[in-house]
Amino acid sequence: MGVGIQVEKLNAWFGKTHALQEINMTVAANHCTAVIGPSGCGKSTFVRCLNRMHETIPDARATGRVRIGDMDVYNGTSATHIRRRIGMVFQKPNPFPTMSIYDNVAAGLKLNGFHDRKRLDEIVQRSLTYSALWEEVKDTMHKKSGASLSGGQQQRLCIARALAVEPQVMLMDEPCSALDPISTGKIEELIFQLKEKFTIVIVTHNMQQASRVAEFTGFFLLGKLIEFDKTEKIFTNPSDKRTEDYITGRFG
Amino acid sequence: MPDSTTSLVSDFAAAPISFGRKLKNGLATGAAIAAVLLVLLPLGAIFAYLIIKGAGSINWDFLTKTPKPPGEVGGGMANAIAGSAYMLLIASCMGVPVGIGAGIYLAEYGRNRFGNIIRFTADVLNGVPSIVMGIVAWNIVVAGHGFSALAGGVALAIMMIPIITRATEEMLLLVPNTVREAAYGLGVSRWRTTLSITLRTATSGVITGVMLAFARVAGETAPLLFTALGNTYWNWKINKPTAALSLQVFYYATSPYEDWIRQAWAGALILIVLIVFSISAVRIAASRGMLKGAN
Amino acid sequence: MANHAWGAPQLPGPQPVAKSEVAVKDRAQTEALFKGGGSEIADGIFRYAMLACGLCVLALVALIIYEVAVGSRLSWHAFHWKFFFQSDWDPVNDQYGALPFIYGTIVSSVLALIIAVPLAVGVSVFITEMAPRWLRGPLAFTTELLAAIPSVIYGLWAIFVLVPILRTYVQPLLARYLGWTTLFEGPPLGIGMLAAGVILAIMIIPIISAITREVMTAVPQQQREAVLALGATRWEMIRTGVLRNARAGIFGGIILGLGRALGETMAVTMVIGNNPQIKKSLFAAGYTMASVIANEFSEATGDLYLSALVEIGLALFVVTIIVNILAQFLVWTVTRGTPARGNA
Repeated sequence: MGVGIQVEKLNAWFGKTHALQEINMTVAANHCTAVIGPSGCGKSTFVRCLNRMHETIPDARATGRVRIGDMDVYNGTSATHIRRRIGMVFQKPNPFPTMSIYDNVAAGLKLNGFHDRKRLDEIVQRSLTYSALWEEVKDTMHKKSGASLSGGQQQRLCIARALAVEPQVMLMDEPCSALDPISTGKIEELIFQLKEKFTIVIVTHNMQQASRVAEFTGFFLLGKLIEFDKTEKIFTNPSDKRTEDYITGRFG
Repeated sequence: MPDSTTSLVSDFAAAPISFGRKLKNGLATGAAIAAVLLVLLPLGAIFAYLIIKGAGSINWDFLTKTPKPPGEVGGGMANAIAGSAYMLLIASCMGVPVGIGAGIYLAEYGRNRFGNIIRFTADVLNGVPSIVMGIVAWNIVVAGHGFSALAGGVALAIMMIPIITRATEEMLLLVPNTVREAAYGLGVSRWRTTLSITLRTATSGVITGVMLAFARVAGETAPLLFTALGNTYWNWKINKPTAALSLQVFYYATSPYEDWIRQAWAGALILIVLIVFSISAVRIAASRGMLKGAN
Repeated sequence: MANHAWGAPQLPGPQPVAKSEVAVKDRAQTEALFKGGGSEIADGIFRYAMLACGLCVLALVALIIYEVAVGSRLSWHAFHWKFFFQSDWDPVNDQYGALPFIYGTIVSSVLALIIAVPLAVGVSVFITEMAPRWLRGPLAFTTELLAAIPSVIYGLWAIFVLVPILRTYVQPLLARYLGWTTLFEGPPLGIGMLAAGVILAIMIIPIISAITREVMTAVPQQQREAVLALGATRWEMIRTGVLRNARAGIFGGIILGLGRALGETMAVTMVIGNNPQIKKSLFAAGYTMASVIANEFSEATGDLYLSALVEIGLALFVVTIIVNILAQFLVWTVTRGTPARGNA
């Protein structure tokens, strides 16, 4: 089951640019929370701060407090340890090009020292089933490389790979923006089912998508969290005028 | 001095395409073609002569026997071929790990001023005459322990390192950052990511770089002249003089014995075949393997 | 796909979530798979190991400088600056002057450049601007092939093919028609400065051509189009739109070729005659810095002899380093050096 996320006074910088300002947010466990906003508003940066991917960029840093379940992300535990317990799916599907489908899904486990073949088989099957890819690849997963699948399949493979390590939280950075509508639909279905076991935070520039899959939505603008509420409220009766302007398409 | 724009205007726009201009154009094309032919000529001649003069002498004896005393007919270069391979192996043990390591450093940690210094130094090292490497290896190894295969290996290793370093760096940089990010996102530590993911993705490219270094270094003679020195017998001891194919070709070619000169051509042919083979293998691997890896 | 009712009442804080038995066991098992954090130590060790490899490159250059400098000490103390201006090379009496070798090195290299530059630039112009597309790859490959041929094989071919040709056809012609320049006097032996210059030229053409092609390709297409749009012929376009822009880089390629020629050992040794004399005629034998080291190092008796040879090596090293640095700088100004990182 998923856990909740508590964000307090999160600030992030790229060199001198203050990309995120004093973000405070609480993400509900076992729900899907969408993060929306115009380009450059900091939504990707926000999500990448949750699993400390932000600091992999040279000259980038973040301060504040993030608690995921009982883990304090910025104090005490190494970034690598944090990332093992949080799954991430990126904008452009990025399966490991030299590995087979099977090895891709098992990568998170194998690279962290787990080699029990029988259990790996089980976990790989389970993960591929969760991401609705099992039927399509079960016969060829040892032979075909991860890169030989279609875009939508690759993204589902990346989701399976992230699921294999049993994260408590799944972060998705615009997972469908590089995919066609049919693949997008399949992945949105997936997110729906995943909600039962995981807490999901999804960045999206597609407002319809947010209203389809997420119970809660946060609206970001210029590095600040403008409004955070139930999706229904954000889209029908937002409290802040800026939110309303964005929703109605006046900018962004 | 008229600036470019005005001279362009006066040269082109004002005058129609005069015969003079057409003539110059034609002459330029002719000159370029002539240059190409003049350059291809010696290339063709070299290969032709190597084959004509050398192919006939490559027989089982040549490949399995050691040299006969001067003046006598027969014998072969077996020990020289083996010696070259032996020293390449010694050189690789030192040069390949260091070269790849330096390449990893430059690609993954060295995108800064300090990395630029190393990059620049590697390029400078590439341009140092190989005979100077021989002097250095002589000082380090031969001065204390005599002429040896190790000394030859050291000289060759120093030459391999900058080539492998730059090639490794280029190949690692071709691996898209998204691949690294995928690994970080799974909680794989940085060192593990670099070795098991990034380097693995770039493997064929790195092998390419190593083979290029081999091809370059296999034909080197100057640094071996006073390090490995050469040997008319088989030698597998690392601290004794060793024969090398390039050395043998040099000694034979500059000797007054007909039979040795004949063998020099044969040895040269073998050497060039091995080198061309490595380079072609590299090109084929590059056009197939790399695309598979980095995309 | 209907939207489910959003069950959660209001903005919740971190909730104690009821976990199912199976889920707990699954997660516990998977968590047990991960050894604890601590990768920072391994990361640090790895980084320093790679750094050490990188530092090896710097250390190697330092080592080379150190070894040749220390090895030259004896000779330096004995002769000081005169070493580079004296002509007598007399191992028997322990008198050493490097001037003949410096002269030989410079003359053979300059001669090589004079022959190689027009040819290399011509080939590059043809490959980049004139050749049909299908021809470009093979031609580029063949020039690279020239670069791969080892020096000793060039030397072998030069002794038995080039030298006879020079001796029988070229040198008599040169003596007859250009003898008034006093550069082509003396018996046409084939072996000598001219042979060295020619074989060096063949050897440095690939590198000059490779750089020239690289900088010519780096000139943006808009430059060519701008000139063509003004009504220029192809040669005029090449001259003003490409060569002029790539000038610095081409010059850098030439200097790089010079660097290669200065340090070239085997092929030169095999055809230059190895006679430490300074003669004006290109037919005469000569000796270069690299050649004397190659020929005499392994048999040098006496510390001063050895030191003199090492000092020549030092001079060679310093000169080639300076030339190479200059060349790289020039090339860098046109192509801006480092390759770009691949990205999403």
